[in-house]
Amino acid sequence: MAGAAAIELTGIRKSFGSVHAVRGVSLRIEKGVIAGIVGENGAGKSTLMSILYGLYRADEGEIRVDGRPVRMDSPHDAIAHGIGMVHQHFMLVDTFTVLENLVLGAEGGPLLAGGLSRARAELARLAREYGLAVDPDARLGDLSVGEQQRVEILKVLYRGARILILDEPSAVLTPQETDRLFRILRVLRERGVTVVLITHKLHEIMAATEHVYVMRQGLVVADRRTADTSPEELAELMVGRKVRLQLDKAPSHAGEVLLRADHLSLVDRRGVRLLDDVSLQVRAGEIVGIAGVSGNGQTELLQVLAGIRAPTAGRLVVRGREVDAENLSDPAEMRALGVAHVPEDRQRYGMVAAFEAAETSILGYQSEPPFCRHYLLDGPAVDRHCATLMELFDVRPREPGLRSSSFSGGNQQKLVLAREMARHPRVLLAGQPTRGVDIGAIEFIHRELVRARDAGCAVLVVSVELDEILTLADRILVMFAGRIVGEVPAGTADERTLGLLMAGAQPAAVDA
Amino acid sequence: MIASRRGPSGPLPAWADVALLPLVNVALAFVIVGIIVRVIGVDPLQALRLLVLGAIGSSESIGYTLYYTTNFIFTGLAVAVAFHAGLFNIGGEGQAYLGGLGCGVAILALDGVLPAPLMIPVAIVAAALFGAAWAAVPACLQAWRGSHIVITTIMFNFLAAALMVYLMVNVLIAPGSMTPQSRTFADSASLPSMQQALSWIGIEVATSALNLSIVLAVLCCIGVWVFLWHTPWGYALRTMGHNPEAAVYAGTNLRHMTVLAMCLSGALAGFVGVNELMGVHHRIVLDFPAGYGFAGIAVALMGRSHPLGIALAALLFGALQQGGAELAFEIPTITREMVVVIQGLVILFSGALFNMPRPWLQVLFSHRRDGSGA
Repeated sequence: MAGAAAIELTGIRKSFGSVHAVRGVSLRIEKGVIAGIVGENGAGKSTLMSILYGLYRADEGEIRVDGRPVRMDSPHDAIAHGIGMVHQHFMLVDTFTVLENLVLGAEGGPLLAGGLSRARAELARLAREYGLAVDPDARLGDLSVGEQQRVEILKVLYRGARILILDEPSAVLTPQETDRLFRILRVLRERGVTVVLITHKLHEIMAATEHVYVMRQGLVVADRRTADTSPEELAELMVGRKVRLQLDKAPSHAGEVLLRADHLSLVDRRGVRLLDDVSLQVRAGEIVGIAGVSGNGQTELLQVLAGIRAPTAGRLVVRGREVDAENLSDPAEMRALGVAHVPEDRQRYGMVAAFEAAETSILGYQSEPPFCRHYLLDGPAVDRHCATLMELFDVRPREPGLRSSSFSGGNQQKLVLAREMARHPRVLLAGQPTRGVDIGAIEFIHRELVRARDAGCAVLVVSVELDEILTLADRILVMFAGRIVGEVPAGTADERTLGLLMAGAQPAAVDA
Repeated sequence: MIASRRGPSGPLPAWADVALLPLVNVALAFVIVGIIVRVIGVDPLQALRLLVLGAIGSSESIGYTLYYTTNFIFTGLAVAVAFHAGLFNIGGEGQAYLGGLGCGVAILALDGVLPAPLMIPVAIVAAALFGAAWAAVPACLQAWRGSHIVITTIMFNFLAAALMVYLMVNVLIAPGSMTPQSRTFADSASLPSMQQALSWIGIEVATSALNLSIVLAVLCCIGVWVFLWHTPWGYALRTMGHNPEAAVYAGTNLRHMTVLAMCLSGALAGFVGVNELMGVHHRIVLDFPAGYGFAGIAVALMGRSHPLGIALAALLFGALQQGGAELAFEIPTITREMVVVIQGLVILFSGALFNMPRPWLQVLFSHRRDGSGA
C-alpha cells in the first residue's frame, strides 16, 4: 500500500501513578480499512484510544496522522486532524432535532440560522455520499437507538473526520441493527474513511474488520489479518491461555415452580407502561434467559421480582408468597424468602463505592448472623466472610479492607455475584451477570450459574448479550417494549429468530 | 484512573491526612488572622499569647473552654449523624432550643417530686425526645412529601425561636418576673458542676460553667461511633448516605431511615439544652443556643464527621470561643466581632478550603519518598 498510514503510533506509554495502562504500543493502521482492537477490560484499549482522541496525553511516544507527527492535547486537536469518536454512551440531546444535535458545538456563529442551513445542505450531501439517511427535523428522542447512533456518526463526519473511532458500538443494538451498522461502516471505508472498531465481541471482529490488533496488559500482543485468524485464536491471545468458548452443561431437570409472575404490569408516574402483562415462571433447576435490547423493561422486571418496585397490576408468587399491588413486599423480605438478586447496574445498586470490600460483601445481609450478634456487627466475622468470598470467586486483590471502588469492574462484579450466590439462594435473579467482565472470568461465572442451577436453584438471567443467553439458558424469553414477545426453547433458538423478536417483529413474521 | 485522580504525587500517608492537613489548615488561618491583627495595630504574637492563655492559661479558663467544647460536640455530632445519612441538618439551632424546652418543662413539672438521681435522667431523656421530635417533622416532610430538608430545617429554626419567645413570655414566665425566664429549678434538677464533681474525689479546680454534661458528650461520641460503624442500623444509615439506591436494594426503608437519622441528630442537638439549662442557667431562658447549632456544621466538617475528629474540632472551637473572649477583654481594639472573624477564618480554611494545602503536602511527601529511595 503506497503512502503514509492513517494512524501510526510509535512507543506509546501511559501510566496512572503506579499503574502502567499502556506500555509501549506501536501500531500502524492503513488508510481506508476497518481495523479492530480487541482486549479484555483493563487491557489498555480505551486508554490508547483516549490518547489518540486527545483525552489523555501519552507519557512517551509519537502519534502520526497521515504521516505527519501531531500533538494531541485535547479532542479539539483530534478533530482538527480529522479524528472523530463515537462513544458507547451517546453524547446527544434528546429534545433537540437531528439538525440541532449535528451543529451542537460547531454552530459556526452567534446566530443559529446560518449554521443550521449550512448543516442541512451538508447533511443532505453526507446522506447521499454515505447512504446515511436520517430525517433532519426529527426529534432525537423519537428515533430508534440505531438511528441515534447514525446521528452520532453523522456528527463526527460533519466535523470533517476521516478517521472514525467507535467504542463498543453494538452494545445497545439488536443483531439486525448491528448488521446495518457494519454495512454503513463498509460504505464509509469505500469512501476512504478509516474505521477503528473497539469491541470485546469476537464475532463482530470477524464479521466487520480486515485487520485486528489484540491488546493484553497494556501491550499489543498480536496483529492479524482477520481472514487469517479465528475467534478461538483471538480469545486465547486476549486472555493469554486457552479459553473454552463453549460451555458444557447437562440438560436441566426442572422441578417445582419457585417464581411465578402473572400478568405483571408496571406504570410509572408519568403513565408510561414499563411492564405490560408479563407472565413467566421459573422452576427449580432451570435457567430462564431473558433476551432483549437494553431498555425494554428488563431492568424494571428484575426490580419488581426483587421487591424493589411494586407492580401496578398483576401478581407475583415467590415460593408461595403472593405479592401484588395490595400485598407489597420489599427486598428484605424477598431475601428472607431465598431470592438473591445480582443487579444489572452493580455500581448503582449492588455496592457502595465508598465502603470497604468487606462492608460491600454483606450488603443486604447486615442484620443476619454471623455478621450481626447482639445487635452489633462482628467486624472480624465480616472480614473473614469477605476473604472467603474473594477466595471462592477469585476476586483480586484479596484485600477485604480495600475500598470497593478501587476494584476493577470485573472484580466488583465477582464480589457481588459471590455475595449473592454464597448463601445458596432458592431463586437467583441475575442481571447482566458478566457485563464488563473479562473473557476468562465469564467462563467461570457461567459455570457457577450452571452449578447453582444443578443444585436446584431457579435462575433467571437477563442479558443483552445474545451469546450469553444462548450459552446459558434452558428456555429463552424475549422482551420488547415491556412485553414478553416470545418464548423459544434453547435447543431451537438462533440469533436471527431472537434478533427479529428483539426488534419487535411479530412471531408470525419471524416464521415467514 | 484511580491513581490519576489522586494527582501525580500519590496519596498522603494516613496520619498526614488525618492530623497534619487539619493542622496546616488551622495554621494558615492563623497566618491570615495575624496579618489582619497587624493591620489594626496590634502585635500578632501578643494577641496569640493572650488567646492561648485565655483558653488554657488557668484551670478556670480550661473549664470554660471545655464547657463551650461540650456544646460544640453535641451539635457537631448532630450534624455528622445526619450527614452520614446523606442529610444536611441545618436545624441544630432549633433542635437545641427545643431540647432545652423539653428538659426545662420536665423539670418544672417534676422537680418537686423526683429526687436528683431520677430527675436528671428524666430531664436528659426529655431533652433528647423534644430535640428528636423537632427534627422528626422536617424528616417526615422530606420522606413522604419530598420537601427538602435543608429548607425545612432552616425554617424550623425560626419556628423554634418564635415558639420559645411565645412560651417564655406567655406561659412559662415566672410569676411576677419582668424578664422572660422560668422560675429557678429545684436543686434536685441541677447537674453537678465539674468543680463539685472533682471535689468529691479530692481535686480542687476553679469555678467555671463546666459541668457533668461533658461526660454525656463523651458518651455520645462513643455511642455515635459504635452506632455508625458497629451496628447493622448504622451500616444501613451510611449505605443510604453514600448510595440510596443500594440501600433500597439492600432492603432498607429509606423513609424510616431518614426519620431515624434525623431523630438521632435532633436528640444530640437537644443535649445543648442539658448543658446550658441544667448545668449553667438552672432555669429556662431565651437565646441559649447562641449559634452552637450552626457552628456544629463547621465542627462536623472539620472533624470529617468522625466522633474523634469532632471532639478535637470542638476543642479547638471551644478554645477559640473562650480565648477570643479573653482577647477581646484584654485588648480593646480587638472587638467581639474581631473574634468572630477569627472563628470565621478557621471555618473557611478548615471547611471550604480544606483540600487546598493537599497538593503542597503531596509534593513534600513525594520528595521525601524520592529522597529516601535514592
